[in-house]
Amino acid sequence: MSTGIASAAAQLTRPFAAVSPRTRTRIPLIVTALLLVVMFSVGSVRYEGFLSAQVVLNLLIDNGFLLVVAVGATFVILTGGIDLSVGSMVALSTMLTAWLVESHGWSLATVIPLVLLVGAASGTLMGWIIHTFEIQPFIVTLAGMFLARGLCYTISTESITISDPTTAGIAQTRLYGPGGLFVSVPVVIALAVLVIAFVVLHHTRFGRNVYALGGNESSARLMGLPAGSTKIAVYAVSGLCSALGGLLLTFYMLSGYALHAMGMELDAIAATVIGGTLLTGGSGFVLGTAVGVLVLGMIQTVVNFQGTLSSWWTRIVIGALLLVFIVLQRLMSGRRPAAD
Amino acid sequence: MASPSTTPRPTDAGGPRPVLEAQGIRKQFPGVLALDGVALRLFPGEVHALMGENGAGKSTLIKVLTGVHPADGGTLVVDGRPHAFADPLQAQQAGISTVYQEVNLCPNISVAENILIGREPRRFGLIHWSAMRQRAAELLTELDLDLDVTSLLDSHSLAVQQLVAIVRAVDVSAKVLVLDEPTSSLDREEVAQLFTLVRRLRDRGVAILFVTHFIDQVFDLCDRVTVLRNGQLEGEYPIGELTPVTLVQRMIGGELATLDQLSGRSHEGAAVRAAGVPFLRARQLTRTGSIEPYDLDIHAGEVIGLAGLLGSGRTEVARLLFGADGADAGEVSIEGEKVVLRTPRHAIARGIAFCSENRKSEGLVGELTVRENIILALQAARGWTRPLARATQDELARHWIEALDIRPADPEAQVRHLSGGNQQKVLLARWLLTAPRLLILDEPTRGIDIGAKAEIQKLVARLAGEGTSVLFISAELEEVLRLSHRIAVLRDHRMVATLANDDTVTPERLLTTIATGTDS
Amino acid sequence: MTTQPAKSEAAGGVGRRPAGHRLLWPALILLALLLGNLAFHHDFFSVRVRDGHLYGSLIDILQFGAPLILVALGMTLVIATRGIDLSVGSTVAIAGALACGHISTAARPGSVATMLTAVALALGVALALGLANGFLVSGLGVQPIVATLILMVAGRGVAQLITDGQIITVTSAPYKMIGGGYWLTFPFAVLLAAGLVALTAFVTRRSALGMLIESVGGNPAASRLVGIRAGGLLALVYVVSALCAAVAGLMISSNVSSADGNNAGLWIELDAILAVVVGGTALTGGRFSVGGTVLGALIIQTLSTTVYTLGVPPETSLVFKAFVVIVVCLVQSPVFRAKVLRRRRTTTPRSHTTAGAAPQQQEAGA
Repeated sequence: MSTGIASAAAQLTRPFAAVSPRTRTRIPLIVTALLLVVMFSVGSVRYEGFLSAQVVLNLLIDNGFLLVVAVGATFVILTGGIDLSVGSMVALSTMLTAWLVESHGWSLATVIPLVLLVGAASGTLMGWIIHTFEIQPFIVTLAGMFLARGLCYTISTESITISDPTTAGIAQTRLYGPGGLFVSVPVVIALAVLVIAFVVLHHTRFGRNVYALGGNESSARLMGLPAGSTKIAVYAVSGLCSALGGLLLTFYMLSGYALHAMGMELDAIAATVIGGTLLTGGSGFVLGTAVGVLVLGMIQTVVNFQGTLSSWWTRIVIGALLLVFIVLQRLMSGRRPAAD
Repeated sequence: MASPSTTPRPTDAGGPRPVLEAQGIRKQFPGVLALDGVALRLFPGEVHALMGENGAGKSTLIKVLTGVHPADGGTLVVDGRPHAFADPLQAQQAGISTVYQEVNLCPNISVAENILIGREPRRFGLIHWSAMRQRAAELLTELDLDLDVTSLLDSHSLAVQQLVAIVRAVDVSAKVLVLDEPTSSLDREEVAQLFTLVRRLRDRGVAILFVTHFIDQVFDLCDRVTVLRNGQLEGEYPIGELTPVTLVQRMIGGELATLDQLSGRSHEGAAVRAAGVPFLRARQLTRTGSIEPYDLDIHAGEVIGLAGLLGSGRTEVARLLFGADGADAGEVSIEGEKVVLRTPRHAIARGIAFCSENRKSEGLVGELTVRENIILALQAARGWTRPLARATQDELARHWIEALDIRPADPEAQVRHLSGGNQQKVLLARWLLTAPRLLILDEPTRGIDIGAKAEIQKLVARLAGEGTSVLFISAELEEVLRLSHRIAVLRDHRMVATLANDDTVTPERLLTTIATGTDS
Repeated sequence: MTTQPAKSEAAGGVGRRPAGHRLLWPALILLALLLGNLAFHHDFFSVRVRDGHLYGSLIDILQFGAPLILVALGMTLVIATRGIDLSVGSTVAIAGALACGHISTAARPGSVATMLTAVALALGVALALGLANGFLVSGLGVQPIVATLILMVAGRGVAQLITDGQIITVTSAPYKMIGGGYWLTFPFAVLLAAGLVALTAFVTRRSALGMLIESVGGNPAASRLVGIRAGGLLALVYVVSALCAAVAGLMISSNVSSADGNNAGLWIELDAILAVVVGGTALTGGRFSVGGTVLGALIIQTLSTTVYTLGVPPETSLVFKAFVVIVVCLVQSPVFRAKVLRRRRTTTPRSHTTAGAAPQQQEAGA
């Protein structure tokens, strides 16, 4: 009898308890995928020219850099951390690239590794501070956000346009597929990053340690896993992805500007959450993040096609989706909110 | 059960060599000598119980053995080689694995990964998933466990998770397995399943150090027992040389107080007090996995002692009465009126007060001052819109600081800077000024100096004299016998007896009840 | 009772010492910044009266710092409960947009009644937003950083929706008063902020609100066992935070007589968190200091002013802020203190622990 009452109570506070845990982790992802399909179908019915493969490819062209950044954010969020510095790191990367290429005439072959190194190094530094001094990730990466954005302004407060022919050449290259469909170089890079991230997260020890760390940090430590170095590494990965995302954005915009990628950290976090990754860590899929990025892009596309809707609807819809998914996550995680 | 002949005799000079031998282990925490020259020997193929009450040094010893805390002195020899572990990984590499009371695995990954993470089979640098599943399945089959290795750990019961943790521990290093209270939250069947696994491992030559609060389980499973008391080695015994009573006696303390020393006993008039409608009556109150259904009557002005070993369910009884934990079934009535105590607020409104045994984590707010901590409960009951005037606060604080002799006598001192005894008095003051009808005291005299202890005991007697009911939880039998009108005995999460504390209740009788669960 | 005067005097003496100590560092930093400015501009401290109004760099710092002080004020209470409110920047934008939107479409934009309805509208919506945050945190148990992230993302969109993506300019003398007007020679915004700070300090310290908030933030488990209703308190602090942000939003938009959904209050949540932390309230909750927060906000504002007067691009003040955040957090981090200040630690006396306290301590350490 007592167990009956207990399970009834559990049922109330944990409405998804009947579903197996593995399925439960997939519900948000399934919902997101359905959402994507529905949005695409509705768009196709309502708007002329919506139903085309190129519209889908354009989603990738316009959001390739966000995909890369969101993949990095996924690593951090899977460990239960958060990285608020990604948007500023992207801006710093565009600025560094434009400045070195344009004002100093450095070759792209030198600048790209340097920018990636700067990103990875600053991520490592933040991870080291978080791990060594046990300070909350959000405040450390907040400082990183200030620092990177401030450094942009010390380079220049104005936008630096890139006229370097190599850069422009790469930016304008279209890779054609069958039927006249095309993608840009950054799309290929972004997809490569996605595949690498998938392999790393699901098929390497580092990746599994990331999940273990997000599941239960003290357990991971007691199981003899390298918790500290894994934690530092995810911030390094996030920094590296931000730098790479910044490079891709440079190609997309052909300029460096301190105001680029304003609020991109929020987009990256939103894409990750909508893609089914728990903000408390330990559960999620990097492929889900890709779907999440596509949903964000799709919202933008629908808003554009509608014409009468203004761009701010994008933010409102993203916020509404975040609300839905966070409440969904909360109900599924099943821990009772504090009584009283 | 292993027959005595297979049990390695520690006295045998030519007997098997211990796989682990610790000697003269010393561990100093700031201001406290937690372990003082403790020794422990584990032989291959034995289950060895480590017993001791609060503060005996059990958990510290385990942490030294498993590399969580480095020892400050003594030697640790594993497999004939001296070791000094700096972290859990080094201990694992030397062959010592630990399974903790709280399952220390990751709930969000599969059973196979939990067993093998950190040691995954790899191919071309990537995890070889099929080999991993196969290996995990093999390990489980070897120990007669039937589980889907691809399922998430979260989808299994706590007991199964515990078994998986053991499989992992054994696969990591199969020499010494430390089980730190693995059965605390398991039911009977689950415990049986666990024991089957432990015996199988013992037969394979693994040395198992088993830490538990359950006396029966020690006699059921273990070959030898090491008892610690107050950070020192009390002794090492083959299980055959002990009975439950002698074991508990060795844990609680060698020389029991005689009845003469208990002359201050306050059971006079107990019969008068026990008449009439009780202030509080609990019937079949229970919470799954925490305490089995119990009945309890508490009359006005009555002191009920809760006796039992650490982990026997004493605190759980109290928490249900205070609404700190929700009951799954059963009912409570106060002065004949049925009530539901869902949260502490409900209990407080009914005149119940509860001083938790964890003063720091559940009692005091360390950053606040003595004055603020003292008035906190009263203020919480009034709500924030009806503040106590500052003059009233000062007066209350001053009154109780004086009444209980809290030192320093500064109402504005931060409470975290006070000593344990004075913190306990602050906690008492907080509840006393709410004038409770029933005061629940959970280990109020633990870890405080003799003087403060005597004062608190006197206070309990005085409160009862004034008509307040007291539920008094203590590990010290002498204290329970001295103060209580009636004594409820707990054992293995069950209330096994309720004794009227008259002259027939001797320390020996109480000890026997605690140890065996029967009042004989 | 007869000895009470003497007793309370002694108590006050001891009690005030740590509080004074806590404000000492922020006060010194502020003083150093101001003196540093004096070295560059010798008339930095001079305050003149022109047209019956006070003018001068110090007055500017107060006036431009007023919105930040307000946002940080609400943030202080939230942080004291171990929470965080990331949505205040969006609330600032929404409040300004609502008020200006209402005034610009009203029949008589210059009337006091229009101004009052505009203010009421902004505060009412802020109340709802605060309740939403509070419900997510205390009702559903979502982590504060996650719960308030939602409004942080969506809020800017909502603000732009209200302003229709434009910058709404209003001409309303009563409205201009809030952020740009003067009263008794003082900038009205400064007086308003001072009034709200005093009100908050009064309410939290004269009622039991402050102590209960500190108790919930300092030890949630103990607070539950002592019977504090934490849910209501949590909801309340998020509501207060949203209301403070709304007033700050009104001030900002009133000062420039326009509402900009996109840029109003941009990053003010971060400045506010910074101000709270610099002011000595720990991110881990518990004891809070309204006075410290005010000093912290003034430090941040002075820093911005200093960077501006130094002639470097004002945006680079972000670099300074980054270093301030890191330094303050490191100093507050127990691990950092243990590692860096270890030498000082080992010399502290350990004699106060009695032998009887041994088992308790050991259990805690084990």
